[in-house]
Amino acid sequence: MKNLFEQCLASLRVVAATLAVCSGLYVLVILGAAQLFTPHTANGSLIEDGKGGYVGSELLATGFTRPEYLWPRPSACNYDASATGGSNLSPTSDALRERVQGSIAQYGVEAGTLLPTDLVTASGGGLDPHITLQGALVQTARIAGARGVDAAKVEGIVRAHGSRPGWILGGDPIVNVLLVNLDLDKRLR
Amino acid sequence: MNIVFVIAVVAGTALLSWPAGKYMAAMMHPAAGAKSRVSQLDRIAGKLAEQDWKQYCFSLLLFNAFMFTVTFLLLSLQQYLPLNPDGKGAIEPSLVFNTTASFVTNTNLQHYSGEVSMSYLSQLCPLMWLQFVSAATGIAALCALARCLAGNVRCGNFYRDVLRATFLVLLPAAIIVALLLVAGGAPMTLQGAATASSPEGVVQTIARGPVAAFVAIKQLGTNGGGFFGPNSTHPFENPSFLTNIVECMSIMVLSMACVWMFGRITGRLRHAAVIFGAMALLLTLKIGFAVYFESAPAAALHDLPLVASSNMEGKELRFGSTAGPLWAAFTTATSNGSVNSMHNSLNPLAGLVPLAGMWLNETFGGLGVGMINMFLYLIVGVFIAGLMVGRTPEYLTRKVETREMKLAILALLVHPLFILGGTALFASTPWGMGTIKNPGARGFTEILYEFSSAAANNGSGYEGLGDNSAPWNIATGLVMLLARFIPIIIPLAIAGSLAAKKPTPVTTGTLRVDTPLFGMVLLGSVILIGALLFLPVAVLGPVAEHLAALPR
Repeated sequence: MKNLFEQCLASLRVVAATLAVCSGLYVLVILGAAQLFTPHTANGSLIEDGKGGYVGSELLATGFTRPEYLWPRPSACNYDASATGGSNLSPTSDALRERVQGSIAQYGVEAGTLLPTDLVTASGGGLDPHITLQGALVQTARIAGARGVDAAKVEGIVRAHGSRPGWILGGDPIVNVLLVNLDLDKRLR
Repeated sequence: MNIVFVIAVVAGTALLSWPAGKYMAAMMHPAAGAKSRVSQLDRIAGKLAEQDWKQYCFSLLLFNAFMFTVTFLLLSLQQYLPLNPDGKGAIEPSLVFNTTASFVTNTNLQHYSGEVSMSYLSQLCPLMWLQFVSAATGIAALCALARCLAGNVRCGNFYRDVLRATFLVLLPAAIIVALLLVAGGAPMTLQGAATASSPEGVVQTIARGPVAAFVAIKQLGTNGGGFFGPNSTHPFENPSFLTNIVECMSIMVLSMACVWMFGRITGRLRHAAVIFGAMALLLTLKIGFAVYFESAPAAALHDLPLVASSNMEGKELRFGSTAGPLWAAFTTATSNGSVNSMHNSLNPLAGLVPLAGMWLNETFGGLGVGMINMFLYLIVGVFIAGLMVGRTPEYLTRKVETREMKLAILALLVHPLFILGGTALFASTPWGMGTIKNPGARGFTEILYEFSSAAANNGSGYEGLGDNSAPWNIATGLVMLLARFIPIIIPLAIAGSLAAKKPTPVTTGTLRVDTPLFGMVLLGSVILIGALLFLPVAVLGPVAEHLAALPR
C-alpha cells in the first residue's frame, strides 16, 4: 500500500513537471520568439486592406469567381478557413469525374485545348493558395477581355509572380492567386 | 529532379539519425562517469530505485493512467476553461474518450477537426502535453528493453527515463523544429480567428492559433495529430516547400535514431546496423512503390481534356509532386500519421503503401515502440534460423525457449486480430457501412484503414469516413489502448525472462545476428508474416479497386 502511494506521488510529480514545461514554458518561448521576430507571419500572414481590415492571408486561398480575376483551385470546403478539408474522393470515383467535368465546363475551354490538372482538382486542405503558372496563363485572355486591357499586360503581371517552390529539387512554377489578383487590381484600374 | 528530392530527404534523415542516436543514448543511458549532470533532473520524481521489468511496466501503466485522467477531465471541461477566444463548446463524451485514448497511446487518430472543436487550452495543455509524454513513454520502454537484453534484470526506472526523454530528447528537438517552422512562416499566436473580406467581397473567417509549437512535437514524437483538421496539408501547418522538408525529416529522424540508441545501450552497434539496413531496405521499397503508382493520373480523369499529370486530387502545389507519396510512406512506416496530402485521394495501389506500413509497423516505427515491434520479429527470425540449422535458438547469448516464443507469437497476433476482426465487424454492420464516403472496394478500404491506423497507433485516416460516431469512437478507442500496451508489456516480459537466464558462451556454431545474412532472414520473416496475415484483405480492398478502374 505504501509503495502504491509512493508511486502515485512520483507519477503526479512527473505529470506536474512535464505539464508545466511542455504546455507552459515551451509555448511561451516559441510564442515570444515568433511574436518578436516574425510578427506578420506569426499572426497568420494577413494582408491589410488599407481601411483597418484584412483582405485575406498570403498563405490561404480565398474564393474568386468573377472573370476579371484569376481563379484558384476548387475547394472541398468552399474556401472556409474555419472548417477546412479535402474532398476525400477516391481517384477512381464517378463523383470525382463529375466534379472535374463541372470545373472544366466553368473554364469553357475550346475543343482541342487541354487544361492543367491543378485547376480542376481540389487540394488537401481546401486552401491551397497557389495554381501553376501554366494554369494562370490559361486564364490571362479571359482576364484581359473582362478588364478591357491588353492580354500581354496581364501575362506580364502573372509571369512576374511565377516562382519555383523547390529550386532544383522540383515543383512546377506556381503563382499565388490572391497576390496576383491584388496586383491586377492595383496596376490595371 | 523528383528522384533527387526523394534521395536528398531520405539520405539526409538517415545521416542525421546517427548523431541523434548517439545523443539519445548519452541522455537516456549515460555512462557511469557522465551521470552527475543528467541526474539533476531525476530529483523531480523523488527517490528512484532500479526496477525489474514488472515494476517498470507497473509504473508505466500508472503514469499513463494519470495521463488519461488529466486529459479526460481537461477535455470534458473545456467550455469552462480559459484560453478559448473563439468560444468552443462542450465535446461529446464518446469523442472525449476517443481523443484521450488516441493521444495517450501516441496514436493521434482524430475524429474531430481541431479548428472546429478544440479551444487553445485543449490543444496546448492536454493534447500537446501528451504528444511529449506519450512519445517519451515509448522511448523509455525501449530503453528498458535494451537494458534487459544487455543482461540486466533491473532495467532502469520508468520515471527517470520518461523525464529524460521528455526534457533532454524531445524538448530540445521540438524547440529547434518549432523555431524553423516559425521562420518558415507558420503562425504562433493566442489571438482568436481573424475576419477578412476578399476583393470580391467574400467574408472569410481565418482560424489560427499556436500552430508552430504544436506542429513541431506532432512531427517529432510520431504523434501526427494536426492543429487543423487537414493536418500538414493546411498552409498554416506547412507553409512552404522548405517547411515541408523539415516536417518530413522530423517524422523519421528520431525513430531512426532509436535503432542506434538500441545498439548503443545493448552494446551491439553492428547488430543495430543490420536492423537499420533491413528497415531502410523496406522503407526504400515502400517509397519507390508509392511514388511510382502516385505518378499516374487519377483513373477517374481518363479521357478528359487535361494536361497529363500525376494524381493531384488532395495535394498541395507548393510541395512538389513527389512530396505526397514520400510523406505517405514515412508517416506510416513510423507510427506518425500526419499527412501532407489526403490519403483517401491516393491512387489505389499508392494507398496500399500506407496500409502495408501500418500492418508491418516496424519500419523504424513509432518512437521506441517501432524497435520494440521489430524485437518480436527478431525473436521469430532467430527461431526460424535456429530451426533451419537444428540448434536451440539464441538471441544476444540468451536461449530463446518455449515461453518466449509463445509470448512473441501472442504479441504478433494481437495486431492482425484487432485489424481484421474490427474490419469484419464494421464492414458487416451499419456501424461501418453507414459511414463510408466512397462506394465499393474503396469504402471497404476506408474501414480497413481506420482499424489498421488504430491498431498500429498511427492516426492517419482515409478521411471522409464518418468516424465521429459512438461505435467508431468506442471501438477504435479500445483498440488503440489495447494495441498500445499489450505490445509494450509482452516484449518487456520476454526481455525480462531472457535477462534472467544464464548467458551461453559464443562458439563458432552460434547464429550471428550482426551479418547481412541475418538481415535478410529478418527481412524475410517480416515480409512472410506480413503477407500471410494481410494479403487477402489487401486484395479485397486496394487491389480490387485498382483492377476495377483499369481503362478497358
